[in-house]
Amino acid sequence: MTPTLRGRIESRLFLLGTVGVIWTAWISAVLPRPAMASVGRVYGITFRALAFMAVAGIAWELIYHGLQQLRWNKDWPSLFGLLTAINEGVVTWLALHALNVMPGTSGWSSPLRSMFLIFFLTTWLAIWLFMQGPLRVVVLRWRFEGGRIRL
Amino acid sequence: MTSYQVELQEPGRGRRSFTVSERLELGRECEGMLVDDPQVSRRHLALEPRGEGLFVVDLDSANGTTVNGSPVSGAILLQVGDEVVLGETRLRFEGPELEPVPAPEPARSAPSTVSLTAPGSPAPAPPGSAAPALTSAPPPALAPTGAGAVRSTIALHPREALYEQVGPGPVGGGDLTEELLAECTWTDELVNRAGIPIVDCPLVTVGGGLGSFALVDFLRIAGVPADQIRVLSLLEWPHQTYQYLAEASQIRGVDRLRSDSMSRIDNIWGFPSYALEEAVRERTLAPLWRVLTEPVLSEYYNPKAADMYSGVEREARRIGWPSMLVAGQVRVVRPRSGGGYFVVLTPPPGDGPTKRIAHRARFVHVAVGYPSLRFLPDLQQYRATYNDFYRVVNAYEQHGHVYEALDRSPGTVVVRGAGIVASRILERLAEGRERGSQTQIIHLLRRKVDGPTGGPFFRRPGGDGFAYQPFTYAKAAGSGQLRQRAMRLEGQERADYLRSIGGTTTSKRKLWQDQLAKGRAEGWYRLQIGEVQEVGPAPDGQSVLTKVKTGDGSTVDIDADFIIDATGLEGDIRDHRLLSDLLDCSGAGTNASGRFDVDQHFEVRGTQSGDGRLFASGSVAAGGYLPPADSFWGVEHAALEICDELARLGFCRHVGTVRSIRQWWRWMRGVPI
Repeated sequence: MTPTLRGRIESRLFLLGTVGVIWTAWISAVLPRPAMASVGRVYGITFRALAFMAVAGIAWELIYHGLQQLRWNKDWPSLFGLLTAINEGVVTWLALHALNVMPGTSGWSSPLRSMFLIFFLTTWLAIWLFMQGPLRVVVLRWRFEGGRIRL
Repeated sequence: MTSYQVELQEPGRGRRSFTVSERLELGRECEGMLVDDPQVSRRHLALEPRGEGLFVVDLDSANGTTVNGSPVSGAILLQVGDEVVLGETRLRFEGPELEPVPAPEPARSAPSTVSLTAPGSPAPAPPGSAAPALTSAPPPALAPTGAGAVRSTIALHPREALYEQVGPGPVGGGDLTEELLAECTWTDELVNRAGIPIVDCPLVTVGGGLGSFALVDFLRIAGVPADQIRVLSLLEWPHQTYQYLAEASQIRGVDRLRSDSMSRIDNIWGFPSYALEEAVRERTLAPLWRVLTEPVLSEYYNPKAADMYSGVEREARRIGWPSMLVAGQVRVVRPRSGGGYFVVLTPPPGDGPTKRIAHRARFVHVAVGYPSLRFLPDLQQYRATYNDFYRVVNAYEQHGHVYEALDRSPGTVVVRGAGIVASRILERLAEGRERGSQTQIIHLLRRKVDGPTGGPFFRRPGGDGFAYQPFTYAKAAGSGQLRQRAMRLEGQERADYLRSIGGTTTSKRKLWQDQLAKGRAEGWYRLQIGEVQEVGPAPDGQSVLTKVKTGDGSTVDIDADFIIDATGLEGDIRDHRLLSDLLDCSGAGTNASGRFDVDQHFEVRGTQSGDGRLFASGSVAAGGYLPPADSFWGVEHAALEICDELARLGFCRHVGTVRSIRQWWRWMRGVPI
């Protein structure tokens, strides 16, 4: 399955809104949190992070789409979809600090570091795994329509 | 008397084919065919042609005989494709042998096509003439034949021959009348008057190959009961023709197809994929690593042929395929006055009281596969003139004798074509060399691709004569932006575009690339570029001479023991009797690529008949909005589109998320529908 640009964006929004929301709703309750942060605070951070991933994701997809124009198959290995967690994770972390969603330093010593890392990487992994198979069952037409969500 | 083609495989030896026209015993020391297998009894079994077909009888052998795994007691009637096992030796029943065709003026009148499963294709065979067996012995010196027999068609479905061997029509009549043939649109009364019985069925699919199977699978999952669907076919299993072509072109069960992991024709979700299933079964992560890193860090994953066949057969059983199957050859499909269509079938000889049966259907789906396969014109001319089917062969017909002869004694073979079939044939020849044969390979091409082609945004790899592409079309033509582009184009523009992203390409696999590199270095594989001027017998009549005009204007003579046409030229839809009739009578037209002009839902434009609709998928619907129409992906995609359209017309339910999940779970547990 090779997605179209529109398919990439629709898939991302759909998966963030389903798998992403369900996973975040669960994991936010059990994430390690520093003493100063309440559970409510953690939910505030993780759901805002999810929203940011959706909005920024559109820009990311445009960039990825552009890069793939250089490739004959207009797509890249599925594994790269997992590896983009690195660039997107770094940008999300920095942006959430810049937007004051996360308090304190954005450096390595941040007390929110492990909370964010676990949240971001597990959410990313859950979405990616879902896209590798189960999504094709939930949205039968997904793979035929270049990643578009047509139920 | 009908002759039957049987293939024999003894342990550790190559396959050989033989023909059975009278009772034949097999055993280690018998009066018939000797089998080299210590597990086989001296007189083990007999093959007996009788009126109904070929029977196998076990001659009280020590270790017994099985047919498809079941022990034989008494006489068992063999079906095409049946596997008989004696000791460690396997016999495969290929079906009735096609009989030769008289060709009054061979060079001109011999058709230049190879007919395929082709319900409705002209497979001529006068009763009573002797069938030539494909032997392993080289023919005598070659000379042009006068009015000799020329076997100009290759029936890819052996049973097809049966339909053409019928003598006078059955007593009950019920044949197509002049009146019917002259009228494009038929009334019920017209059909009744001809004495043709009418069977009602809402949906009929013609072909019964993978295209029909993909649609029926979707429809059954969408909740359509089996009694609402009829599959009119010469085949017993959907993958039969595919497997025949694959095996002829040297793709065995253990070899991999040029298809991706997700394009599972036996699973509408493509999940679990072939790679996932293989990883679980073989307890290895290698296939998964391939699909995760293809095509950058590893080559594309391809499924094994045998896995595809067994998957299709399993799913066919699950959806009740045998109960929907109606054996026979479809002769015509005509619009019905008042809506829908008549699909006229010739049942197997002796199967019914009338010569034809008409299915009255609201929806008709045509998926008959390739209309025909053609030889390169110069090779066809040679075959027709010299009646030589031994030295000049098509990769899509059974030609195991070529490899056997080359394994026995040194020889030169010319391979023509640079597509996937050609690279597989070259791989097979190189395998022979690894086992000690001394074959010289000359790869003859008209043009040489010697590097990547296209601009920076459209660069296709190539080199050494081949254009490389993992699949028939660039991958994004199946669902991505190249398909989007195709959907916006019409007419000649679309045809040109499809050619630019398709064309003759092959999959760059390391194995055969390494073999050919070795061949170039050692001098046993050589590329020859040029236009073929003429193909004829060498002066001594023991080999074939190809005169080639090279780029610099000089002429080169290539003297070869064998020529393999691996170009896989597909014929025109006019070559196919049923398709041709549809063009003449149903309102169907062609697109700029010469195939049926279908819309985005694979409905053949111009063929609506009242509330009836006519759909087509596979090769006959190529050149449309979905570039890889003739692929596993393409026929599945077409099936989804047709199924969705039928849901809009109220024939079946729309498969939404809930149904999809529930049905998937049934699939996973193997619960029959």
